[in-house]
Amino acid sequence: MANDQFSGAEILLKALVDQGVTELFGYPGGAVLPVYDAMHQQNALRHILVRQEGGAVHAAEGYARSTGKVGVVLVTSGPGATNAVTGLTDALMDSIPLVCITGQVPTHLIGNDAFQECDTTGITRPCTKHNYLVKDVNDLARVVHEAFHVARSGRPGPVVIDLPKDVAMNVGSYVPPAKVKHKNYQPKLKGDLKAIRQAVELMAGAKKPIFYCGGGVINSGPHASLLLAELVRATGYPCTLTLMGLGAIPSSDPQFLGMLGMHGTYEANLAMHDCDVMICVGARFDDRITGLLSDFSPNSKKIHIDIDPSSINKNVRVDVPIVGDVAHVLEDMIKLWKSSQAKPDQKALKAWWKRIDEWRAKDCLKFTQKGKVIKPQYAIQRLYEATKGLDDVYITTEVGQHQMWAAQFYGFEKPNHWLTSGGLGTMGYGLPAAMGVQVAHPDALVIDIAGEASILMNIQEMSTLAQHRLPVKVFILNNEYMGMVRQWQELLHGGRYAESYMESLPDFVKLAESFGAVGLRAEKPGDVDGLIHEMLAVDKAVIADVRVDKLENCFPMIPSGAAHNKMLLGPEDKAEKPVSEDGMVLV
Amino acid sequence: MTAKEEVENFHTIAVLVDNEPGVLARVIGLFSGRGYNIESLTVAEISHEEGFSRITIVTSGTPMIIEQIKAQLGRLVPVHNVSDLTLDGPSVERELALVKVAGSGEKRVESLRIADIFRARVLDSTNESFVFEIVGDTGKLNAFIELMRPLGLADVSRTGVVAIARGLGAL
Repeated sequence: MANDQFSGAEILLKALVDQGVTELFGYPGGAVLPVYDAMHQQNALRHILVRQEGGAVHAAEGYARSTGKVGVVLVTSGPGATNAVTGLTDALMDSIPLVCITGQVPTHLIGNDAFQECDTTGITRPCTKHNYLVKDVNDLARVVHEAFHVARSGRPGPVVIDLPKDVAMNVGSYVPPAKVKHKNYQPKLKGDLKAIRQAVELMAGAKKPIFYCGGGVINSGPHASLLLAELVRATGYPCTLTLMGLGAIPSSDPQFLGMLGMHGTYEANLAMHDCDVMICVGARFDDRITGLLSDFSPNSKKIHIDIDPSSINKNVRVDVPIVGDVAHVLEDMIKLWKSSQAKPDQKALKAWWKRIDEWRAKDCLKFTQKGKVIKPQYAIQRLYEATKGLDDVYITTEVGQHQMWAAQFYGFEKPNHWLTSGGLGTMGYGLPAAMGVQVAHPDALVIDIAGEASILMNIQEMSTLAQHRLPVKVFILNNEYMGMVRQWQELLHGGRYAESYMESLPDFVKLAESFGAVGLRAEKPGDVDGLIHEMLAVDKAVIADVRVDKLENCFPMIPSGAAHNKMLLGPEDKAEKPVSEDGMVLV
Repeated sequence: MTAKEEVENFHTIAVLVDNEPGVLARVIGLFSGRGYNIESLTVAEISHEEGFSRITIVTSGTPMIIEQIKAQLGRLVPVHNVSDLTLDGPSVERELALVKVAGSGEKRVESLRIADIFRARVLDSTNESFVFEIVGDTGKLNAFIELMRPLGLADVSRTGVVAIARGLGAL
């Protein structure tokens, strides 16, 4: 073999290394064996063997979200690819950059219903940003480099490369990344200066302004978060963050009103409803944020910064759209704000803050920890107190009540340290995502705040933690119910708890032990601090089973189909405000 | 004004794409996945050297939906350019139909007479049938087909709309 000729598998690995990949997550199978064989003969790439392909994709999401790099997945054809679909959809919804390589049956068998064949590009077309089927080994290097470019540029997302087995074995030539330029996919980073100037003028004239910022700030890189904090402080305006945006400005900042949306704070949602100028930065007005669309912030002028033109005017009409990368646009915005010597109406601003402080005084997240039962909010609050001083703490979650409580009660000071499935709401995300974070940050403290139902969806990954000695801490708020389902059944379906109670849950302490991890349990409030202390002291994976109040509800809550100013603050609130028929059909 | 109160209009959208496998599936999947309408869709390669295909889609929706459709199309990686021919200035639109009419006697003569009025050409003839070729805008084709119905309309094949901007501008 001439020395500029390589097998498809070698070309793939070479391209990954040239793209800066050092770790990937995967699971072997017949169609990808040539790639695994080539991987066995090199040391540049470390492969993390998961227990189910779905785990590999979430792990790569965790890896990507916590590092800003592209996460890489390698799975086999057929079931390997279909198991990856949920994770790919999750990454598409939350704009996480991934490259997922799926094995495929050899080209001459494609379409023959061969063993472990599926139409991977057909199945993944709607759940990826882009996908490729490589039919010629000489295209492979270009496709891999393009895939990384597409995954990380513009609004990030998952890209699938479907690689038939014969293409992985055929011999061809390699092209380095510098020689590959995508012919047309070059998203615009700089915002239109005229629009930015218009936005700055609108901001300067505001009497009741608010910054509403989301995951786009995080995706734009840590620098974007610093710029956002700078602009927020320069203006003196209040700021709220979406679930995906937490950490974009420090939660301890006095101008931060907390998270907004369905389970957001009273002050954030009312300020959104009453504001006169809304500055939306890297968020997409989704239904968890807006509530009833026709009553969403009815009297405001809206500025919207987004790198994806299709996010603009999708749900809510905005007055000043700015298409561009958050960091680039904020940089220009700060320059213009400073050079224009904008002087906001201080009297109006003072009155606005006074109203916000009145809303804040409601203390909408208050709860009472008394008696013998642990309140879930209390458990998270104690976890936060015990870990907030530590250097590098990453929190992942599953999906449900515990996720909302984590968002409400755990404070994030930095971006990229909070990982949760926001758009798709994938139960089972948290444990594999935490695994991915721990691979990227071996010395960090990584905690998956979980529910007992969600954790069982990907519990097999405990075995991966053992194999790769990843000391992830799983902190389960165990109420024996699918808590959010039960809460909706209580509030919307007359308390008929259809199939939301789980009988025969495992003994999580013994389960932990069987996976070579440490199992801990807390059953009364007095146990919580000790459990957390012990969990942090152990240098191994831990499952902490915190038995919490079974019937606690997550408040505040905007019932579906209601406006921001119709939120329920607590159990005493719900009787007066029944959910409308229109609201019932919404999710 | 909410989207519900806005008027729905037809728009002809031209899309320049890389002629690569799956590109049509991406475009169609986008329409079905997001619940947009396709009234007509045509596609063919227009430049073999550059590997470009041109897709012409006639769709309907409120201005907000049309704006969304264009943004969503623009987001597809193999899409180079999207142009709303209905909004972006004057354009010409044409469609071609092959229309088979079966019959004899007076009806057969009448169909030939109407075809003449519409400048339709006869492509095939038997003692009991004609195949007409007719070119025009969608309205003209609809009118012709309606007139043929009582005269023994047997089969119709239409290309869907192709369109291009008037003047110098190119996609």
